[in-house]
Amino acid sequence: MDQTPPILHGPSDKEKKYDRQLRLWAAEGQQALEDAHILLVNSGCGTVGVETLKNLVLPGIGHFTIADSATVNEADLGVNFFLDEDCLGKSRAECCVKLLLELNPDNDDIRKLLGSEKQYTLVIYSLPIDPADLALVKKYGEEHKVPLLSVHSAGFYSYFRLHLPGNFPIVDTHPESTSTTDLRLLKPWPELSKFADDLTNDIENLSAHEHGHVPYIALLLHYLRKWKESHGEYPSTYKDKKAFAAFVAAGARTDSPEGGEENYDEAVAAVLKTISTPTLPGALEEVFDYKPDEIEAGTTFWIIADAVKQFYMKHNELPLPGSVPDMKAQSTVYVKLQNLYKAKARQDVAEVDEMVRTHSKGREIDAVEVETFCKNAAFIKLIRASSTPMDLQKLSNSEFENEQFALSPSLLPIYLALDATSHTPYASSSDIIATIDKTIPEASSNTRIVQAAEEVARAKGGELQNISALTGGMVSQEVIKIITKQYIPINNTCIFDGIASRTQVLCL
Amino acid sequence: MSQPITVAPPTSSSRWTYLDQIRKVPGPFSEDHDNSEDALARLETMSVLVIGAGGLGCEILKDLALSGFKKIHVIDMDTIDVSNLNRQFLFRQADVGKSKAEVAARFVEKRVKGVSITPHNCKIQDKDEDFYMQFTAVVCGLDSIEARRWINATLVGMVDYPDNPESLKPLIDGGTEGFKGQSRVVIPTMTSCIECQLDMHAPRAAVPLCTLATIPRQPEHCIEWAHIMAWEQEKPFPKLDNDDPEHITWLYKKALARARDFNITGVTYSLTQGVVKNIIPAIASTNAIIAASCCNEAFKIATNSNPGLGLEDNYMMYSGNEGIYTYTFKHEQKDDCPVCGTIARNMEIDPNWTLQELIESMAARPEAQLKKPSISSGSKTLFFQSPESLMLKTRPNLEKRIGELLENGEEIAVSDPSLGSVDFKFRLRFSKPYAPAPKHGVTE
Ligand SMILES: [Zn+2]
Repeated sequence: MDQTPPILHGPSDKEKKYDRQLRLWAAEGQQALEDAHILLVNSGCGTVGVETLKNLVLPGIGHFTIADSATVNEADLGVNFFLDEDCLGKSRAECCVKLLLELNPDNDDIRKLLGSEKQYTLVIYSLPIDPADLALVKKYGEEHKVPLLSVHSAGFYSYFRLHLPGNFPIVDTHPESTSTTDLRLLKPWPELSKFADDLTNDIENLSAHEHGHVPYIALLLHYLRKWKESHGEYPSTYKDKKAFAAFVAAGARTDSPEGGEENYDEAVAAVLKTISTPTLPGALEEVFDYKPDEIEAGTTFWIIADAVKQFYMKHNELPLPGSVPDMKAQSTVYVKLQNLYKAKARQDVAEVDEMVRTHSKGREIDAVEVETFCKNAAFIKLIRASSTPMDLQKLSNSEFENEQFALSPSLLPIYLALDATSHTPYASSSDIIATIDKTIPEASSNTRIVQAAEEVARAKGGELQNISALTGGMVSQEVIKIITKQYIPINNTCIFDGIASRTQVLCL
Repeated sequence: MSQPITVAPPTSSSRWTYLDQIRKVPGPFSEDHDNSEDALARLETMSVLVIGAGGLGCEILKDLALSGFKKIHVIDMDTIDVSNLNRQFLFRQADVGKSKAEVAARFVEKRVKGVSITPHNCKIQDKDEDFYMQFTAVVCGLDSIEARRWINATLVGMVDYPDNPESLKPLIDGGTEGFKGQSRVVIPTMTSCIECQLDMHAPRAAVPLCTLATIPRQPEHCIEWAHIMAWEQEKPFPKLDNDDPEHITWLYKKALARARDFNITGVTYSLTQGVVKNIIPAIASTNAIIAASCCNEAFKIATNSNPGLGLEDNYMMYSGNEGIYTYTFKHEQKDDCPVCGTIARNMEIDPNWTLQELIESMAARPEAQLKKPSISSGSKTLFFQSPESLMLKTRPNLEKRIGELLENGEEIAVSDPSLGSVDFKFRLRFSKPYAPAPKHGVTE
């Protein structure tokens, strides 16, 4: 087996500093962050946006710009950690940039107001905002196809909303490692069958040591074959699988000092999870069913997606991911098994890659991208850009109707109350309710909407450090997910209730 | 129910305008809201303790200072490492090597006028009950489960209620891993405590030594082999220091050579470091979320400005991996909690085990997680780790079998230095009959 020995050197200074995050999003994610340029359009109390930036400056975002017309006053010092006494009376944007830059001198300093020719990766704006400014931001987002994130924090409540300029596909979704096992036990390819047969055809006569080290994949394939011989088909129902598990368990030898065999225990435990025909995951089905427009169709994601779809139509299965979970086995046998799965995975990738190359733009696509796509195929996620805004009246009906069945009350009233103050920092609860009433006629008789309106009015537009820090943390997680194209962002609005300590994500 | 709310633009001349507004005006959910001068002044006179000045601790200090707390103490024994700088925002490159508690305290004091922060550059175990008695609440941002268990047991043990209501100190605890985290509020003796919740944070199953020694299959197996076996055998340096790159490099090279022998791929320096130091990924965003959640609860408890976590819901789970998901619920107190419960916990055990095997299993049992347990039963001392004289006297018991030493249904008391003076009480339930025959063919 060929293996290039890794170079023996310790981590670089940068790897040392970013060690704890590189373990999450790796060098590619880090590069995307360092290439990004975030614009914060700040208004109102202005803490939540700065707290968001702090969490982006620390992991090394490339550039950031703050647009903020406010000058620093006393009250700012009581809620914004990135201002100090010396800032009083000065531009809030400039002071925050200065104290944020202190955090990570790897960042370049750029501060220009909106309207420059600069291409931002993403724009965050805080509410309440002047309607004229909002129009500018929205126009910029639309024209440059840039994601927008609005965030509103007041008193104990907050919400933020992600507006994507188009469909957002994610390949590297980081599924939980326990959910990714795909062993093809019901459809083994010839090499795998042969491998299992070689290990098990004389299973009765193996020495105790050999018998206790047959990897569970081979055991399951062996007992599946025997089961099919006597039952005519593979176990498919839950009841059958339970019976099959017992059948496997009965094959274990019990004369060992431990009274059993670990590999058989592993095999029995794996029955329910691995003995099933893989179905096409809903999220991937959505990708296959989607008809990309002309521009989309020429992008890497959709070219590969189309090739994988063809692969699936042809074989009725996805490309093999190729990883093998750890299991009791001799080292050499396990490595052989790993190589079997890897070889099959490579073969599948090669087939997809060939289809990719037939596309006029397919030649330019990096083979690594095809490989990554195939490996993650079952967990691909497409976030569809919302074309029409949700009918709030309809949504509130369903939210309040379902409430009696839900574990906890809907947080929609919080969104409604904050949204009613999108352009006015100080509103009374009756003003807020009157505004909500325009979209949801019975709002004034809904106790929970009234309470939310009162709680929002209570804050008088003031932010609380804790709520804004918490919200800024969540917003920065979303920004990182969007920039690195890893993990799965929200679709599309997250509401936070700092009294009950709950969040709810709604598509608005 | 609804409160009349007057509308007037806040006067921006006062620094605490926004906080004062929330503290002086009750909201629709406020209970026992008290806006008297006395009540408002209480926040300024009470002391809170922050445990840990790392990723969570830096955020907690900032959040508490900007929530109006004026007397804060912070305790942390660590010094600043370069890998802290991606999230511990009170530290700069030039601070590497200095005390975390001291640098963090000075920074926040300088930035937020009027707050006093007292640093303690030591272990929490170095402080006594008198020290902990001076605080109104404790906010914890730690990455060590042992330290959490110690402070939890200490705070529960200090409660003298209702005779001394001041002895009841809420413990607010946060923890993160990658994009996930949790925050929880413990009202000692009245709600579920850290020990009641221990099985929610089960340790990773250890790889059997025979796998490491003879049949490694994963890069981690090779690294653990280098860490546990090769190091012990060769002792390249007097004592393993996880933070010394030279030591990690030695382990990495050993693991790499072993991996090559077995055709195993994937051993890297980064993985070696991760396995040896048990590194948990950490980012600023998640620390911000969890720390602020903890401080929000501390603020609500201190001001009654709104109801919070505590007697009802007491635990918030957070995950940002797939969208955003939180689950907030009430974790029930356990009657058989060794720290805050009243009855002994059942422990199922094979009576044919030796006492040694029982002691070793204590580390892995999710409900115990004790690494250096000493064990006694009502009538006898079975095994003590210290003092040495007692250890030597009780050591012969390690080879004896459980059925020989104890009866089915008998209660044992287990203590561990990492938990202070707490005794774990377990009632033994034999899982099978005791067969007093020599084990594995050993003759007596
Ligand atoms: Zn307890």
